[in-house]
Amino acid sequence: MTTLEFTALIGFGSLLAGFLGALTGLGGGVVIVPMLTLLFGVDIRYAIGAALVSVIATSSGAAAAYVRDGYSNIRVGMFLEIATTIGALSGAALALYLRVSIIAIIFGVVLLYSAYASFRKESDVSKDERVDRIATWLRMDSAYPTANGLTSYHVRNVPLGFLIMYVAGVLSGLLGIGSGAVKVLAMDQAMKLPFKVSTTTSNFMIGVTAAASAGIYLSRGYIDPGLAMPVMLGVLAGSLLGARVLAGAQVKTLRIVFSSVIGILAIEMIYNGIAGKF
Amino acid sequence: MDAQSTHAIDLQKDKRVDQLMGIVLRSGVLLAATIVAIGGAVFLERHRLPVADYHVFDGEPTQLRTVRGIVGQAWEWHGSGLIQLGLLLLIATPVARVVFSVGAFLYERDWTYVLVSLLVLGLLFYSLFSGHG
Repeated sequence: MTTLEFTALIGFGSLLAGFLGALTGLGGGVVIVPMLTLLFGVDIRYAIGAALVSVIATSSGAAAAYVRDGYSNIRVGMFLEIATTIGALSGAALALYLRVSIIAIIFGVVLLYSAYASFRKESDVSKDERVDRIATWLRMDSAYPTANGLTSYHVRNVPLGFLIMYVAGVLSGLLGIGSGAVKVLAMDQAMKLPFKVSTTTSNFMIGVTAAASAGIYLSRGYIDPGLAMPVMLGVLAGSLLGARVLAGAQVKTLRIVFSSVIGILAIEMIYNGIAGKF
Repeated sequence: MDAQSTHAIDLQKDKRVDQLMGIVLRSGVLLAATIVAIGGAVFLERHRLPVADYHVFDGEPTQLRTVRGIVGQAWEWHGSGLIQLGLLLLIATPVARVVFSVGAFLYERDWTYVLVSLLVLGLLFYSLFSGHG
């Protein structure tokens, strides 16, 4: 295969991944690593480096729009970024010591969880009006735009959310993913933020989390230009396209199909990891 | 002034800050993608050979993993150096966003969050410049 053919193939695959990722809300980054390792036989460390870079591109692009529309809770995001960046540093350090096959197995398990989490119902806004001391001191309570105008909400369980965010950071640094599913779990389930605020704030945080580990990956030589170039440009173009189509698209069936694909990839990653094929 | 209207003003300030922050993020990604694309064109123009073997991991050479090395390679118009420079800019985009947050919270005199943003910024710089993690 020539370099041009290889680049075109990877670029097209990444475009498709970014497109489906944006349409289904699962993010394009999660399928990049299995695609590169299982389909193209790329070493998992190179694959993680390339995926990490594409994650920064898509999350920053999308975050710009959400922040502008007033969905993201900047204070919650900023505060929890302390947890995710410390986590990302630990995760990237851990990646040095863990065997590649172990990383592949962990990747598969997280992938399975992401596929499962995409089917979870949006939880209703908590009607609980009790005041949370830490959340109040950190001025986290806010309001977000809904069909009925600005609706205010209260934030709770900050320490638990912080802890889950640390785990999200570790996974991001170790696997080169945004770990949006775990971030949403922390905010939506633990801290009781409205679903839309959780997903957009998670998106807002992903760029900073990924940047923390990407710096380490770059200086360690895990980011290859020939590979990262088509992946980053492909995923970015695909996700911009997906966001454009998103308005008015019927995504339910697509989400089931994409989640099933992710589930199959996850099982293959776990199998190959156990069989020592990495 | 009662508490309600103070809160309203806060939200309005936030709104303007949010819009600016959106511009910072968007232009960073756009600039990075443009440089990566230019680098990609140069890279493909010169790499007519069979594709590199990515199955074997041997890591990137020093000139493609340090800021100084990357800038040097890009300056000499090497495709891979230009791509790495674009990626470096991409990594710097969220960092610029945090720098911007420090400024925004300073402007709002929200000292708790000035401290929070500075802490995040410190962690990011540690990861980018501590070298080999």
